Amino acid sequence: MEEVGPLPIRAQLYRVAYILRLPRVSLGIGLLAVLFLLVTLPCVKLFTAALTWDLADIRLSPAARPGEFTLFHWWRVFASPLSETIFYRPLLRSLATSVSIGFLAVGLGACLALLTARTDLPGRRWVAAMATVPYILPSYTFALAWLMLFRTERLGGGAGLFRHATGADPPEWLAYGFIPIVVTLTLHYAPFTYLLVSGALSSVDAQLEEAGQVLGASRGTILRRITFPLVLPALLSGFILTFSRALGTFGTPYFLGAPVRYFTLPTTIYSSMVTRTFATGYILAVVLIAVSALVIYANQRLLGTRGSFVTIGGKGFRSTRMRLGRWRVPAALAGWTLVLAAGVVPLFLLAWQTLMRYPDDYSLGNLTLHYWIGGSDPRLAEGEMGILRNSTILGGAWNSLKLSVLVAAVGGLLGILVGYAVVAGRKGWLARLLEQQAFLPYLIPSIAFGALYLSIFARSLGPLPALYGTFLILVLACVAKNLPFGARAGISAMLQVGGELEEAATVAGASWLRRFGRIVLPLSLRGSLAGFLLIFVTTMRELSLIILLVTPETRTLTTMTFRYTEQGYAQFADAIILLIVAMVLAGDLLARRLGRLELGA
Amino acid sequence: MSTQGLEIHGLRKRFGDVLAVADVSLVVPAGAFLALLGPSGCGKTTVLRLLAGLEFPDAGLIRLDGRTVFSRRDGVFVPPGDRGVGLVFQSYALWPHMTVFENIAFGLQVRRQDRATIAEAVRRALAYMQLQGLEGRYPQELSGGQQQRVALARMLVAQPKVFLMDEPLSNLDARLRMDMRGELKRIHRTAGATTVYVTHDQEEALTMATHVAVMRAGRIEQLGPPREIYRRPASLFVADFVGRPGINRITGRLVAEGESVFLETGAGRFSTTAPAALAGREVVGAVRPEDLELSEPNGGRRVEVYAVLPGGGETVIQVNLGGERWSVKTSKEVEWEPGTVRGLTVPPHVLLMYDRDSQRLIHPALAVDGGPDCG
Repeated sequence: MEEVGPLPIRAQLYRVAYILRLPRVSLGIGLLAVLFLLVTLPCVKLFTAALTWDLADIRLSPAARPGEFTLFHWWRVFASPLSETIFYRPLLRSLATSVSIGFLAVGLGACLALLTARTDLPGRRWVAAMATVPYILPSYTFALAWLMLFRTERLGGGAGLFRHATGADPPEWLAYGFIPIVVTLTLHYAPFTYLLVSGALSSVDAQLEEAGQVLGASRGTILRRITFPLVLPALLSGFILTFSRALGTFGTPYFLGAPVRYFTLPTTIYSSMVTRTFATGYILAVVLIAVSALVIYANQRLLGTRGSFVTIGGKGFRSTRMRLGRWRVPAALAGWTLVLAAGVVPLFLLAWQTLMRYPDDYSLGNLTLHYWIGGSDPRLAEGEMGILRNSTILGGAWNSLKLSVLVAAVGGLLGILVGYAVVAGRKGWLARLLEQQAFLPYLIPSIAFGALYLSIFARSLGPLPALYGTFLILVLACVAKNLPFGARAGISAMLQVGGELEEAATVAGASWLRRFGRIVLPLSLRGSLAGFLLIFVTTMRELSLIILLVTPETRTLTTMTFRYTEQGYAQFADAIILLIVAMVLAGDLLARRLGRLELGA
Repeated sequence: MSTQGLEIHGLRKRFGDVLAVADVSLVVPAGAFLALLGPSGCGKTTVLRLLAGLEFPDAGLIRLDGRTVFSRRDGVFVPPGDRGVGLVFQSYALWPHMTVFENIAFGLQVRRQDRATIAEAVRRALAYMQLQGLEGRYPQELSGGQQQRVALARMLVAQPKVFLMDEPLSNLDARLRMDMRGELKRIHRTAGATTVYVTHDQEEALTMATHVAVMRAGRIEQLGPPREIYRRPASLFVADFVGRPGINRITGRLVAEGESVFLETGAGRFSTTAPAALAGREVVGAVRPEDLELSEPNGGRRVEVYAVLPGGGETVIQVNLGGERWSVKTSKEVEWEPGTVRGLTVPPHVLLMYDRDSQRLIHPALAVDGGPDCG
């Protein structure tokens, strides 16, 4: 019955046509093209731009031939008399701050996680709820609060609380530079490790620890020999991810470092862009990406195939709590102080600041609502109206909201589509390529990503017109940068949906559009709502990514707070921050509410 | 050629480095209940998915109900929805965001039937599966057994010509599984559709199927009626896989003595019904536990009781025979201490002989042509 001999060409082509018509394949190829445009192309363009003379380079060298190939910029960054200032020193400072932040944030986060998840700490529920708040706040919230405490008059903007309380200016090392950058960012990033480690701890069966107890191991031994190795992957991931984020952050080093000329790589990139030495900025971005990629690669190697991501929210294992004994009270005080200092005090300080008529007068008589609801008063802030009546600021708020909602929707949907193509592609090369592309933006520090988009979309590109100055470029950049979140949410949602639910519809004869619209999308939406809101929240507080891309018409709240801080209007800057925080908290609350609904269903 | 329910020729499917289906050919008549039986990873589910059209085979030909739905050579691939098949998944794959009614109605809506027709068809399917009153519920509000019924109703409502079922009972508890077997048999009878049923549970296969195909490593090891699969396993693999407790084995060699042929083993010699032509062959003898008898020590071959495992209706007695551990199944109730000596009787006609190298059955001979498998 079975015929032998080679298959006719027609039969071979038939199969190729079948494969190309598979939705996961055609969709996968389409998405690959989109991701190529959004992610890969900018990376390529970054390199070529760094190797080409720009029009503005005529100021730097008489040999500049705009549009032609050159290694001049590389020489300028790495081996010229300027290198020390524009490259080596910022690099060292970036590494020093990021490594310190990484270690401190992991230590702090892990201790807090251990205290709340495995001990009888009084008020641990409350501590656990509060511990994640700093992570929701924009990272530079802490920087602005710090400025209110330690600002020195010498550098403008009126003296801080410290001077008011002690009568003397704080030492400069406390007000600006390394120490404040590390402290504020540690407070911001610690909750990230906290989440990872508590997730790891809750998915570690306490019976593993009890087994050690039964064998007579002491508490210290159990912690060291059993618990620690089990959460080690979470600690490592926490360090790596904190490090690479700290490396790319712009706001805090700018607010706390720039006034004393303490520049890190991101702030140097920013000033390169502002001074129109673009290629320098691009090369620094390349360095930033290289360092970040190297570290993440090392992390993958260290953890091997076990994977660096701990599933958050494991099964509800029975867990016994360690008695703290006489350490109960000191531990509780330390835990409470920490979450208060990180989550409540900065917001309180900022709120107070917004109520001060003159920024350095801490008396009760100086309190006013002027900066919130006041009309134009030429004596204060050059007559700018309170933020709730200020059409420019409200316009920025509208931009922020529009951007965040749009990015969450587009990014979330894109994530679902990527998730579909990846999961349905079952580890084929197309699926793998797609997944890698989608996670590429993770490696690229935000400020560098902004630089990429500036480099590629500043001029027209094929059929695309020049996008600089448009709202679209902000949307594209934010969607692309958030792709890893979207894709992760989409993939995990798709894994939960499972292929059989779609196959059941396939056998029933439903077309792909129908399957996707009736089955896949409704089911994955539930699972990826949290992802949508994460993107919303991230975009709402985004500064590093878009600071290079905004123009006055496309200003968002974050970039406005940046401008006001630069101009010394702390009240406006802080009021806007509070506005952002309110929107972010609303989004987060909604996410938690939906998360609970999902669990209840 | 008369219309067959299902014809497969030279079917092959590879996933990366894994050859899931190596070479499968089989034919069963219309209305047959074919069980694909085998251990996990033998390719049985892949065959089912190839039949449904959820995968594209690397080679071969598939005819369902007389119609070619796949031919690699002629470039035919009928998409799943047009094959006239219904599929029940192991997980049921009920859509959790749709009510029972919507789940069942979906296939008809896809086929653009009008509202009244759909409502009537769904109502009948619900009644047939005894699901009345549950149409407004969501799948997660139903018990496992009810979910199973909804999955069956969803398949039935589209009136497919071929039923495909992938271990549909494996998620149910033992008692419900028994009830559902009867249910599935009833559905098969009344609908009269050719049914392909994938399972690793030999009891399910033997109790429900008209044809059983035992699969191993992507090939069909034996295809035949359940009774033949059980009584005359074509290979040692089938003999081992089917039957609990497992078949008893002993290696030895066939020797002729006058008219009779004996199986000469380390545990002594056994009378056989093998023809003299087989004398001299190295073989593995196999015998089902229920074909053995234990009696007083002097009533047969002396064996020592190893353990007695009473199981309610029947008792399994493990004994030491030479170096081997054999099981004997009896409906009698016995209470023997380990170490008790008994006499074991092995009737010659129950002893199956397998070639030691090829592991294929050499005596007694299989029915001519291997039953309905004639390709």
